[in-house]
Amino acid sequence: MQIFPRSLNKLPALAAIGGGVLVGGLTLGIWYYASPKNTQIGYAPTQPVPYSHRLHAGQMGMDCRYCHSNIEKAAHAMVPPTQVCMGCHSIVRSDSARIAPIKVSWETNQPIEWVKLHKLPDHAYFDHSAHLTAGVGCVTCHGRIDQMEVVRIDQPIAMGWCLECHRDPVKNLRPRDQITNMTWTPEQSPTFKAPEVHPPEHCSGCHR
Amino acid sequence: MGYIVPIKELGESPLVDPKISLHEVTDVVAKVTENKAPRGWWFAFLFAASFTGILGIAVGVLFWYGVGVWGNNSPSYWAWDITNFVWWIGIGHAGTLISAVLFLFRQKWRTAINRFSEAMTIFAVMCAGMYPGLHVGRAWYAYYMFPIPNQMSLWPNFKSPLMWDIFAVSTYFTVSLLFWYVGLIPDFATLRDRAKTAVRRKVYAFFALGWLGSNRHWQNYERAYLILAAFSTPLVLSVHSVVSFDFATSVIPGWHTTIFPPYFVAGAVFSGFAMVMTLMLITRAVYGVKSIVTMKHLELMNKIMLTTGSLVGYAYGMEFFLAWYSGNDYEWFTFVNRATGPYAWAYWTMISCNVITPQIFWFKKMRTSIPVMFVASILINIGMWFERFVIIVTSLHRDFIPSSWGYFRPTIVDVLTYMGTLGFFFTAFLLFIRWIPMIAIAEVKGTLPSADPHFGHAHADHGDENHDTEAAPDAALAPGE
Repeated sequence: MQIFPRSLNKLPALAAIGGGVLVGGLTLGIWYYASPKNTQIGYAPTQPVPYSHRLHAGQMGMDCRYCHSNIEKAAHAMVPPTQVCMGCHSIVRSDSARIAPIKVSWETNQPIEWVKLHKLPDHAYFDHSAHLTAGVGCVTCHGRIDQMEVVRIDQPIAMGWCLECHRDPVKNLRPRDQITNMTWTPEQSPTFKAPEVHPPEHCSGCHR
Repeated sequence: MGYIVPIKELGESPLVDPKISLHEVTDVVAKVTENKAPRGWWFAFLFAASFTGILGIAVGVLFWYGVGVWGNNSPSYWAWDITNFVWWIGIGHAGTLISAVLFLFRQKWRTAINRFSEAMTIFAVMCAGMYPGLHVGRAWYAYYMFPIPNQMSLWPNFKSPLMWDIFAVSTYFTVSLLFWYVGLIPDFATLRDRAKTAVRRKVYAFFALGWLGSNRHWQNYERAYLILAAFSTPLVLSVHSVVSFDFATSVIPGWHTTIFPPYFVAGAVFSGFAMVMTLMLITRAVYGVKSIVTMKHLELMNKIMLTTGSLVGYAYGMEFFLAWYSGNDYEWFTFVNRATGPYAWAYWTMISCNVITPQIFWFKKMRTSIPVMFVASILINIGMWFERFVIIVTSLHRDFIPSSWGYFRPTIVDVLTYMGTLGFFFTAFLLFIRWIPMIAIAEVKGTLPSADPHFGHAHADHGDENHDTEAAPDAALAPGE
């Protein structure tokens, strides 16, 4: 008894091609869609206050550290409290509707619940100050914040991406006084020589 | 695969009862899959299947709570998990030895037991394959073991023998499965042609891959079988060598020895043959295939067990000698501790089961006694399990720092996981017996006198037109339907 029709003789060739297409398609699909470059970059949630970095950091040229004041000293980079906003906005545009949520927070003493973008898993130990001390600029990881109306993720916050720099950090280092400069290029500091840094590449460097 | 006339002057005798006809061989083997399963099969199946269920529960508990549910802890980070892994993978080796190595050496007696032991190989490797994934504790990270590009830039460590293990075992499983399946094709065709119901015919026809038994099919088949045998043969030696590297490349006293690869391979073949023997004796008695699996086969298997058992005994002695001869205090302590320490009971169980038990096979009377060989085979199965337990746990439980010494005790989850894999193994095996010809019909026929082209025609002319149909197996008799 033969249940296989003659036409099935083509099956091996078809299976080879079909299998190739399937495996190739699956690989490409996962490579593109499951990559943090796709899943993370561009994440820009609506914040409780329509705060514009483009206006503050870009047009008005405020230094990052005016609001994010601890970034050079602390492991955890802070989001400024309402009081920092009110330092200016108790006088500047204090009646604007866009400021209203800040004023509510100021009066009720309830902090604003900003939505966090750059989340690291609990098992990754990250020290923000160490990176700035070594001379990594804000723009390297956060992108052109000064051009963002709403902040979005600019780089894939993935282990492979971390390791890329940890293995070859020199190209991402700049003079200490230029770390918040969004437009710095190596040509601007011709005499600068990157410091000898040895970022850890072993597991317990970050997974302590 | 022509018939070879036994040379009486050398004491050779026919491999299979010479009075059995080609049709009877087909009948005896195929009937097992065609008749209703005997009541005993159902009892055994339900019993085994319920243990498979227990395996599911044990594994579920493990995944839910983590490896803490096992007895493994400092300093015995490896215990039953790796013991069972090595035990199962070792059992598989007899199947490959019988099917591939004995095939290349033209040992015709293998035909009666090769199908059976290959099936055992496949199920044993399945059981073994579970443990590395289970013992990492977090099964959802099992993909770390494979070289898959990922956003963490993590890559398996190719310098690690644990990595080699993954490749050795997966290659072994793939090749064994293909080898088994290729051998099954003509027999599936036989079952297909005997099938009474349409469903049965369709299913076997599917697995027979359109086999017609034509001359060309046989030629391709023989070539494929030979190539796969050549692939499998080095695996008999390499897989368990690689498994032994898991231990030998470390610096733990009791593990760090060069004798490990051959010692492990001998042990693997030894334990595998014991398992084949245990299963074969039961099946042979239940299904009445005694005319095909004769006392001669059993005796030859016992001889192999005697050889490999003695090799293993030599390895035990040599390990001890080298521990002393090396002058290394830690090494010597480990071995003295094995024989006299808190696990001495395990060590002496191992010695009595593995070294002393097979020595009874020096006597022909013992070699040919079914009850003796049955008990011996079970003792050897136990002994070989203890061998792995002794190697793993006694080397670890008293490490370099006496303050961290401990005594490993299995938990109920350890025990149930092990029982569960046994249940899974027997479930698979019982299904195999029920639905797949457990003896290679086509190959056994090649060892029958009637497979001789000159059968029934003493020095007949080659022109005799009868001989082709006489010699070819049944499948060939069903021309292109």
